[in-house]
Amino acid sequence: QGGGSAVIDMENMDDTSGSSFEDMGEMHQRMKEEEEEEEADGEAGAAEEEDGEFLGMKGLRGQLGRQVADQMWQVGKRQASKAFSLYANIDILRPYFDVEPVQVRTRLLESMIPVKMINFPQKIAGELYGPLMLVFTLVAILLHGMKTSDTIIREGTLMGTAIGTCFGYWLGVSSFIYFLAYLCNAQITMVQMLSLLGYGLFGHCITLFVTYNIHFHSLFYIFWLGVGGLSTLRMVAVLVSRTVGHTQRLIMCGTLAALHMLFLLYLHFAYHKVVEGILDTLEGPNMQPFQRVARDIPVVSNAILNTTAKAVALTL
Amino acid sequence: FAGLSDVSISEDIPVEGEITVPVGSQSPDEDYSTLDEPVRDTIMRDLKAVGKKFVHVMYPKKSSALLRDWDLWGPLVLCVSLALMLQGGSADSKDDGGPQFAEVFVIIWFGAVVITLNSKLLGGTISFFQSLCVLGYCVLPLTVAMLVCRLVLLAGSGTVSFVVRLIVVIAMFGWSTLASTAFLADSQPPNRKALVVYPIFLFYFVISWMILTFTPQ
Repeated sequence: QGGGSAVIDMENMDDTSGSSFEDMGEMHQRMKEEEEEEEADGEAGAAEEEDGEFLGMKGLRGQLGRQVADQMWQVGKRQASKAFSLYANIDILRPYFDVEPVQVRTRLLESMIPVKMINFPQKIAGELYGPLMLVFTLVAILLHGMKTSDTIIREGTLMGTAIGTCFGYWLGVSSFIYFLAYLCNAQITMVQMLSLLGYGLFGHCITLFVTYNIHFHSLFYIFWLGVGGLSTLRMVAVLVSRTVGHTQRLIMCGTLAALHMLFLLYLHFAYHKVVEGILDTLEGPNMQPFQRVARDIPVVSNAILNTTAKAVALTL
Repeated sequence: FAGLSDVSISEDIPVEGEITVPVGSQSPDEDYSTLDEPVRDTIMRDLKAVGKKFVHVMYPKKSSALLRDWDLWGPLVLCVSLALMLQGGSADSKDDGGPQFAEVFVIIWFGAVVITLNSKLLGGTISFFQSLCVLGYCVLPLTVAMLVCRLVLLAGSGTVSFVVRLIVVIAMFGWSTLASTAFLADSQPPNRKALVVYPIFLFYFVISWMILTFTPQ
């Protein structure tokens, strides 16, 4: 049995003919199987005799090499199983979920307050629980908005669209801004960026929750500028505090601000019903009530086709 | 005392005997070899286990039966029946019937997996399938709500029916959340219960929302 003993016989430091890595693995496996058979059947004597004969064939010469190869095999096996259990383990995400409810609440409120000190790098908590919950909340609010506005999704499902939009925004824009940070030499890691953008969605959640239920356009614009603007300002201030150089600061913050505000605008107008007659537009109340925006393009084109056909038929 | 201290055995008498330990009764074998029993017994045993868990969900006490012997039959049945009842509730006639079923199915299982992962990452002591089992079984009140909504919608779809449906769905949503919290929150460290309850709340909220906004064609 090569693997267990720590004593190396110095007499046999000759060539290691007859023992290779694969042979060692095979031998090891065979010996293990033989051991198991031993335990099951109780034929201890016969197995030992076979073992003795087997080693005798290889001879005492390659014993050192065999031991080394056997140890290498075991170390390799241990490393492989360790690597597998490392990457297939969700425990690598565990430190990012180590939060208390008080901390989450504090961070949610802080995400609406822009910091004043931009000359000193601000601390960002690299936590993923809050952002993940906020993204799911946004998905739920979006679903509510789509259902109440009777949005008809042609290719795909409501739920798929909502999840795809929100997660796509969170992951995609985070990666893009992280890439820009790499180019502009800003001091921020991927997890921190995910966390920052995730908490920035808190403003979006509030805005959409209010304006999907109260259909005033000017109210939406106030919320867009006020709440959306505050959360954008906070994210921008934190990024500015971690970037050096005017051009770089301008690039990063301009991109982030534009994407964040435009996303809120998109979410409101793409998935929200324009109610006729309750509009409070800037043009004043003398405008004719805005017609319902049809999402169903084929129906509209069909209607147009029908009316033109009728008009043509009447003129003929 | 000299006689007592003499425990030596004379060398010409061979020592022999049985070293085997007598194995206990054959009952452990009987428990594992359920291959020979009639199919009816197997089915009835599984059905009884599922039924007992349904009763546990409707009257959530802190019993460990739901957790100990988890099974996913109940959640599968509930999920399929809920998805079947929610089908055909969209504005379009033919093409949205398919995705609706798959949508509900995916939402329930994907949501349950996410909540389980979340509670494990927050330091929960419950295993993956136990959590899936509890979350699946606690969909039962919402399935009952769906049945009631369908019956109410058969009668009519005015404001009164909407109010009735709203009350029923809210009540069942509360019941689901409380039932699953009663089973799951115990396995968390005490100061983080709110962090685990919120995703469960969101999950059942989405399902309740789907039930409430269901309109038949």
